[in-house]
Amino acid sequence: MSNLDFLEVLSNHNGVSGFEYTLNEKIISYFEEYADEVSLDRLGNITILKKGKSSESSIRIMLAAHMDEIGLMVKDIEENGFLRFTSVGGIDPRTILGQEVLVHGKEKLFGVIGAKPPHLQEPDEGDKAIKMKDMTIDIGLPYPQAKELVKVGDPITIKRSFTRLKNNRVSGKALDDRAGVVALYECLKELSKLDHEADIYFVITVQEEVSMAGAFTAAYRINPDIGIAVDVGFGATPELGDADTIELGKGPGITLGGNIHPGLRKKLVSVADEYNIPYQMEINVGPTGTDARAIQITKEGIPALVLSIPLRYMHTSVEVIDMSDIKDTGKLLAFFIKEISKENLEGLLCY
Amino acid sequence: MLLKTLTEASGLSGNEKEVRDIIISEIEPYCTSLKIDRLGNIIAFKEGKANSKRIMVTAHMDEVGLMVKEIDSHGLIKFLPVGGIDKRILVSKPVLIGEKKIAGVIGAKPIHLQKRNEWSNALSMDDLYIDIGAKSKEDAEKYVNIGDYIAFDSEYVEFGQGLVKAKALDNRVGCAILIDLIKNVEDVSFYAVFTVMEEVGLVGAGPAAYEVDPDLTIVLEGTLAYDIPELDSHLVPTYLGGGPAISLADRTTVYNHKLRDRVVEIAEKNNIPYQFRKTSMGGNDSGKIHTSRDGSLTTTISVPCRNIHSPVSVMSMDDYKNTFKLAKAVLYDFKEGYNGF
Repeated sequence: MSNLDFLEVLSNHNGVSGFEYTLNEKIISYFEEYADEVSLDRLGNITILKKGKSSESSIRIMLAAHMDEIGLMVKDIEENGFLRFTSVGGIDPRTILGQEVLVHGKEKLFGVIGAKPPHLQEPDEGDKAIKMKDMTIDIGLPYPQAKELVKVGDPITIKRSFTRLKNNRVSGKALDDRAGVVALYECLKELSKLDHEADIYFVITVQEEVSMAGAFTAAYRINPDIGIAVDVGFGATPELGDADTIELGKGPGITLGGNIHPGLRKKLVSVADEYNIPYQMEINVGPTGTDARAIQITKEGIPALVLSIPLRYMHTSVEVIDMSDIKDTGKLLAFFIKEISKENLEGLLCY
Repeated sequence: MLLKTLTEASGLSGNEKEVRDIIISEIEPYCTSLKIDRLGNIIAFKEGKANSKRIMVTAHMDEVGLMVKEIDSHGLIKFLPVGGIDKRILVSKPVLIGEKKIAGVIGAKPIHLQKRNEWSNALSMDDLYIDIGAKSKEDAEKYVNIGDYIAFDSEYVEFGQGLVKAKALDNRVGCAILIDLIKNVEDVSFYAVFTVMEEVGLVGAGPAAYEVDPDLTIVLEGTLAYDIPELDSHLVPTYLGGGPAISLADRTTVYNHKLRDRVVEIAEKNNIPYQFRKTSMGGNDSGKIHTSRDGSLTTTISVPCRNIHSPVSVMSMDDYKNTFKLAKAVLYDFKEGYNGF
């Protein structure tokens, strides 16, 4: 099944941090064809195991991509049936005004986010952003019906259809980090054609956007020799500095910095060079905002890597990526995995 | 459904062709005469019983949107507004560019790279651009030209208790009601005029009114609603579900109060709910119509719309039906000609 179809399904489906389970069936249906075992843990992570060729002395590599998305949550119901809400994860309030939403109450309810119109504002208000507390969601129902179907704490997602742009580029919501989930799928497909010694744990994590809780507990359970987070990186646009960004269509960003094991990172770069897979360097001196942060400090410490898929307009509902970067990310991961053996691992991890 | 077809069509001010063609195909079989004037207005006449007054009903066809201003070296598209748009509603929205409806998105800087106080300031239109996936200026120029019209990409959705969400409800809702009047009003003679370029300065209405030379005009509109509990009722311009909004005064017209009283009487006589439009903000084609030639009388009857001039305008189907009923009742009241003005 194609990466593009899979990403479209994932982007159009909904799963705010803590409410990811509605995605399980879709994700498992794609991965299970190539998997040796599929399991769900208590926090809701999906783990897909692909065993290595030597079952005796297996080393374990954990790959993590998170399935949760940022979203909103119902805080109150007004007397005219309008909803008040707060955010789950990092949301720029300016990006949600005038959006269509789905309120996941007793049933899925369509709504729109509105605010005070210009004629009721003071003259200088037009240059100020509208605060989230001054916005409302209109679900078109009077209070009694609204109260019947919606309760405080219900999650809300932006309603956005995945769109194909020019040049293999696509736009949608929650590409952070469902693009990473698809990169893991690409890696799994590639590995099914390759010999590899290590047991590979593909972990589709929960709650990265709020606490990385899923990655912490999965890493603890699996206790891998290497943990690799596949997430998204800031795609270059004119208003952002070159130093802060990676370019779309030029391969995954390989992160370097304190969160990353230097020996493994050098190996990753040499594999990319050897197999002619495009990549870019991405610098992050401290803990990254990815599952690798959680993996690195789990138990007595786990060597970690991060691959970043370049993505524009992060944490909006119109995130843009280039499909070629997903493919290159998946391939690089697979070839890297193929190169790791019990024999060379100790050397790679040596300081 | 007609309102779905009309709202999903693109018809920015000066580029109303797609909407005009839909309207013509809908009304042509019902009209006695129909012409497109030099500006692109549709001027139709439906003959009924002879009438001593010339009666006109209008609705503007155009909608607000954007236009391509420049393509930068990255292949990103800069734009300017066509009509009044609150810049704050543009961020993180999909759009369709030009006749080929090239898909694009208006992105924004990631929250992670913003300074703390950036959130509190609105992004200006100059900060925004559209991404169609092009890799360079030359690449983008294969799909997009300077001057192309850009429409919001927004589907017609029915939701909640009898509500509709769509773009361009201002004023496809007026167009739809006027089409329904042409199809359903049998024995009153009237001119049905669908105007162009209302949103950029009431451009089409003046020449159309000059041509028709009406005595009385009903302007059908979508107008702003903002009905939130903590607001004092005098600040609420219109309530959704409160029935057709009858205009008192706006920036372009102080409405003739005798005609307004008559419209209210007709609503009450026919048990049609109504409300007054309680704001003087905004204006509409009435401004040009009532001052055309030696002057005439106008009334504006509107369907209240939340989030007007945005991709997610919301209206009530009950208001739509009651606005149609009221406009129809007013037309029938004019059947015998009209005395008293």
